[in-house]
Formats: sequence, structure tokens, C-alpha cells
Amino acid sequence: MTLLGRRIPIFFSLVVWFIVWEIIGRAKLSTIVPPFSSVVIAGFTIVPTEKFSKAVMISLRSFAVGMAFALLVGIPLGVLMARVASLGKVLGMWVNIFVSAPISALVPILMAVIGIGESTVVITVFLFAVFVILLDTQVGIKQADRSLVEMARCFGARRYQLYTKVLILCALPEILAGVRLSVIRGVKGVVIGQLLIAILGVGELFELYSQHFLMEEFWALVIIVFMFAFALSEAVALLERRVEYYASSR
Amino acid sequence: MPAETIVEVKEIDMTYEGGVEALAGVSLALPEGRISTFLGPSGCGKTTLLKIIAGLIPPTHGEIWVKGKKVDGPGPERAFVFQDFALLPWANVLRNVAFGLELRGLPAQERHAIARKHIAEVGLKSFEASYPHQLSGGMRQRVGLARALSVDADIILMDEPFSSVDEQTRRKFQEELLDLLRHKHKTVIFVTHSIEEAAYLSDQIILLSPRPGTISNIIRPNIDREGRNPDEIRRDKNYLDAVDEIWEILKHYV
Amino acid sequence: MERKSAVISPLVWQLISFALFFGLWEIAGRWPISFAFPPFSKTLLALLRMLADGSLPKAYLSTLQPLIIGIVLCSVAGIGFGIGMGLSRAIEWFSLPVFIILQAAPMAAIIPLITYMYGIGLTSKVLAVVVLAAPVIVMNSYKGIRNTNPSLIQMCRAFLGTRRQEMIKIILPHAAALIFAGLRLGLAMGFIGIVIAELLITPTGIGDLITYHSSVADYPEMFAAIASIILFAALTIHALERLEQRLFPPETRGLEDAG
Repeated sequence: MTLLGRRIPIFFSLVVWFIVWEIIGRAKLSTIVPPFSSVVIAGFTIVPTEKFSKAVMISLRSFAVGMAFALLVGIPLGVLMARVASLGKVLGMWVNIFVSAPISALVPILMAVIGIGESTVVITVFLFAVFVILLDTQVGIKQADRSLVEMARCFGARRYQLYTKVLILCALPEILAGVRLSVIRGVKGVVIGQLLIAILGVGELFELYSQHFLMEEFWALVIIVFMFAFALSEAVALLERRVEYYASSR
Repeated sequence: MPAETIVEVKEIDMTYEGGVEALAGVSLALPEGRISTFLGPSGCGKTTLLKIIAGLIPPTHGEIWVKGKKVDGPGPERAFVFQDFALLPWANVLRNVAFGLELRGLPAQERHAIARKHIAEVGLKSFEASYPHQLSGGMRQRVGLARALSVDADIILMDEPFSSVDEQTRRKFQEELLDLLRHKHKTVIFVTHSIEEAAYLSDQIILLSPRPGTISNIIRPNIDREGRNPDEIRRDKNYLDAVDEIWEILKHYV
Repeated sequence: MERKSAVISPLVWQLISFALFFGLWEIAGRWPISFAFPPFSKTLLALLRMLADGSLPKAYLSTLQPLIIGIVLCSVAGIGFGIGMGLSRAIEWFSLPVFIILQAAPMAAIIPLITYMYGIGLTSKVLAVVVLAAPVIVMNSYKGIRNTNPSLIQMCRAFLGTRRQEMIKIILPHAAALIFAGLRLGLAMGFIGIVIAELLITPTGIGDLITYHSSVADYPEMFAAIASIILFAALTIHALERLEQRLFPPETRGLEDAG
């Protein structure tokens, strides 16, 4: 898009959307759309409150722990699944099922078996995130440049050297793509888990705001959560772009 | 040929999973300090044979003996130069060239000193910090060659090293390769599908017939290369005769 | 590494895989991990019971209704909009950032608001499906159009193709595979959406079965309902994936899956 002969960066269109939002809000066209400016103000009022910071702390903690487990399990197991044929064949089907299945349906099971608490959210995050890491790591290792593997063997690489110096690095673009997708899914896991549990973290806040019709606060929270998800996935994407040249020289 | 045998290929058969017969009954002796070439149309199993000698592929039947020892895998006396270069995309030239030594656990300083020497030899001085994606095809293959030289193996196995390189670079590279290897007294085993390249470079050309690969002829061009420039060699009668002779044989397989 | 396994056929591996999974489930249930964790055998029996008394088929009918309506709405509007985004720089400028953000965002957060707005009826559930499924459908259609090989477009122009021909003969066939993949991913998101909607908004269909049996502590029934929806979703999506490979074999696609 150009204006008066100057290119306008694409993300400036968001500004236009916010202006539209403001107009709709001011015109009182919809009860659920308050003016954007009051959403921003509400954002600044809720952020410093203790309730908010507590909710964020709980949510972040569940997210971080769940993601950490997903990475610690997903990457090594994905590598093993690619290298040990029988393991790949036994687990592959289940990974394929769960990577596209509605994991959210498992939350009631977790609530019944583990209870209504933080650990249920942690496991929800783990389950949302782990399968896509498994899948992409496996693909990355399987697609690892065969001639690089032959080269390493030719020059006398030991088994652990083959993994640490060649295979893992070869698969890095795919692994990072998996991590980025899993981060996005993990954030969804926190939100969905907490919404279904409804007494924890940001899920509790969402319930609270919508039930008491605090639309400004509700939208402020939506924007904050969306920004967090987006920023996180962009951060991983940044890393991904740094290893992009691997693919070009393959 | 007075040179001693360094690699012995004994009755190699190779059948791939699925029943494709790549090699049948191949026996050969390759002389030390010379350039031997496997030449043949695609599907004659020349790359398979090279990889069996490298110890990368176990043959279905038969044995490879190198310097009086039976081969059961890759070894330090053999180095490989790959058709697609096989450079680590995340490592710069210096680390790529030193990679074989890195795998052997040589301290960084030592291996980098050795690598620098060979980088200079192949004409890549000042490119130590570049990454493979920043280099042209010809330069990448020089890195591959320097890596093979760095581990100081007696035998260098080259799998169509010039096939991904443009024609000018290829010629220049061939000339430099000859120069370099004659002074180092390395044994070179070379795979190509270019008749001119085989005749130009080799002391001994092993012609393979396709499906399954068997040895069809062995030609020793006997070109006097000492002190002569490339153009003289390319006009040498023995060179031209060798090219003709090879073509006479190969055209039956095409 | 493939040597030994090549002898065993894929079907046998699948059976081994099922046996291991269900075996572990059975052991975990009998051990027991928790009184709320029934063994596989009891869950299977519950599943058969629910099939026999008609409660499961009935639940599926009511669950699938908003899902299908939502996905059809998304397909028509989402693909249309995505194609528009791919063709028009202006539409792209206005909407691409929004969809990039929506695709990464946990859209489920909006669901309480939908309930507030549209009550607990069918509309809310359809909207829940749409909100989750639309971003990926739009983005894939957009990418499909955008990733068309530029040299093919130049070829078409060089042979004096009109803009219309360029669209119908080059761009759409090229984009079809990615658009279809978008529908598949959209359906996967739709399943997530309908499950959350039924658990969160009003217990109907499968969500009702899950909530009800959980509240009266009929855990085998609850597990059976959950396992059935996961399996149903996975099988449907797998079938679509098969169809996709049949319709658009990778070797004719000419581009890598950007989804």
C-alpha cells in the first residue's frame, strides 16, 4: 500500500483497524464493543492490580513448565523415533492421531483424574505442545542430508558425534519450526485449560470479566494475551530465520 | 606398471534391497600413488563401488583390502570427496575443512593450523570465515578437497567431484588437482562419467558396463604429463587415442 | 536400521502399536492410577453400551450440526476472502496483519464473549467453530495464491494469456492443494472449537455426554465419549489427508506445503 508515493508498512493497517474499532465503539453499535481508547485505558488499570499479576504469574508458570516438559520429551523422543525404526512405527500412529485431534477433549479427563488445579493446566499445555515437536523433530532427522551423514562416517565420526555434530544441527530448521508451532499451541493450551477449569489464571479473569460485563477489561486482556502469543511465536521465527540458509545450501 | 597395489577389490557383488543388482563379480587391483578412474554410463554402479571401497556400504559378497587390511567400515587411511560437496551449512570454511580432525578430537588450535594450510593450497586463502552458502560451486568443492587433504589420508576417493561445477571451473580445477596430487603422492580413486576428464586425469581407467556393473576394460593411457602444460596434454596423441578408444567401447552401452 | 523392520508389514506394526497402547491403558486402569481412570476394557464396554442404547449416535448428530455449518461457512467466506487477499494488494495490506495475529492467537479466549452475546444456542456454537477455523483457512488460501510460481505467471503472460486465464489456468490449480490443506487444518481447529463450545457454553452432544457422565462419576462412559471424539476427529482428518494426497499428489504440486 502506498500513500502520496510512500510505501506504508503493512503493520500500519492495524492502526486503521483500531480507528475503525474506536468509531464503532463511540457509535455504540454493539454492546460488546467499547471504544478502543477505553480498552487501552482499562488495560493500564488492570495491569498493575494484584489480581491480574497473580493470574498472569500462574498462567506463565503453567505455560513455562508445560513447555519445558514438552521440549525435554519431544526433541529427544522425536530423534529416537526417527532413528529407531520400531519405536517410530509403534509411536508414529499415535503422534499422528494426537497432533490433529482435539486435545481439549482430554481436559475433562485431566480434571477428573488429577484434579482441578495448576498441574492439570501444565499437562494440558504439555499435551497441546508435545506432539507437533515430536512430529517435526522426526521429520527433520529423517530428512537430514544423507551425504552429510555419510561424510561424517567417512571421517570417522562416533555415534554421539553423528548426533551432536551433524544430525541435530541438520534437523534444526524443522525442530525450530516445530517449537514455534508448539509455542502457539502451548499458549492455546493455557487459555483453553484455564477456561475449562475456570478458577485459575487468565481463564478465571476471562470468565470474571465476561460475566460481570466488563467489556473494556475483557478486550484489554484479549489484546494482552494475543500480543504475548504473537510476540513469542515471532521470537522463535526470528531464530528460525537465522538458520534459514541451511535449507538454501542443501 | 611398477607401483605396488594399495587397494584390492575381491569379487564384489552388490545387490540392493528390492533386488537391483548393482555390481557383479568385480575384482581389481589399484596401484599406489596413481590416479585410477571408474568410468561408465549411469547405472553401472561406479559410485556404489567407490562407496564400498570407502566402507560406507557393505557389499553383498566379496571383500575390500586396503594396505593389506580387510575393510569393514570407513578408516583414517581413506578420505572422501563428495559429489554434492557435503559441507556443513552451519559451519564456516575453516571449521568444515577441520571437521575430520575435529571428529578425531584434535585440539582447536592444531586442527585450525592444519586446515589453514590446506585452505591456502586449494586457493581459498582469506575465505576461512565464509560459509558454504556464500561460495560458488567450484569453491565449495575446493573446501571438500581441502577437508579430504587435511586428514592426511593416503587414499582420496572422489565421487564425480566436478559434476556440479561449471565447465571453466572444472578445467582449471582438474589442472590444479593434477599438480597438487602428483606432489603429494596420494592414491586417487576417481568416479566420473566424462570421457575427457577420465583420459586427462588418469593413469588407469576402469570401464564399467551397466546393469549389473562389471569390469569391461581397463585402459592405461600412458600420457607423459611431466613438465607439460594442459593444452599440450590435450593435444597429446596418447590422450586423443585414449578418448577414442574409450568412446569405441562405451558407445555399445549407451 | 530398516533391515529387520522391513520384514514386518505396516499393518502388523499398527496392531502392535494398538496392542501396546491399549495394554498400557488396561494396566494403568487396573493398577489403579485413580478411581477416575477406568481400564481400557471397561471403557470399551461403555462405548459399546452407548452405541447400543443410541446415546452416542444421537450425541454425534447434535455435535456435527454446528461443526458442519461452521466449516461450510468458513469454506465459502474464508476461501473467498483468502483468494481476495492473495490477489489484491489493498485487501492484503488491510487484513494480512490481522490474520497473522489471529492465527497465532488463542482464539478460544473469545468464546465466553460469544456465549454472552448469542446465548447458549446453535449460533454460539457455530461461531465458536468459525472463530477457531477461519484464520487458518483464510491464511492457507492466501498463501496458495501468493506462492504461485512467478515464472509460470510470466509464461502465461508471454503466451498472451488474459488475466482471467491466468487466474483459472495457472493460479487456482496451483493454489488448490494449499487451499485444501487449509480446509483440513480448519476442520481440525473446528473440532477443537466444537468440543470447547460444548464443554463451556452448553452441554449438548458429545460435550453433554462428557459433562454428564463426569458429574455422576460414570468414568468409563466419560472416557468412552472422549476417546470416541478424538478417534472420530483423527480419522476424519486422516481421511481428508488421504484424499488430499490422491487429488494433489506431491509430485504435481510444484511447491512445498507452506501450511
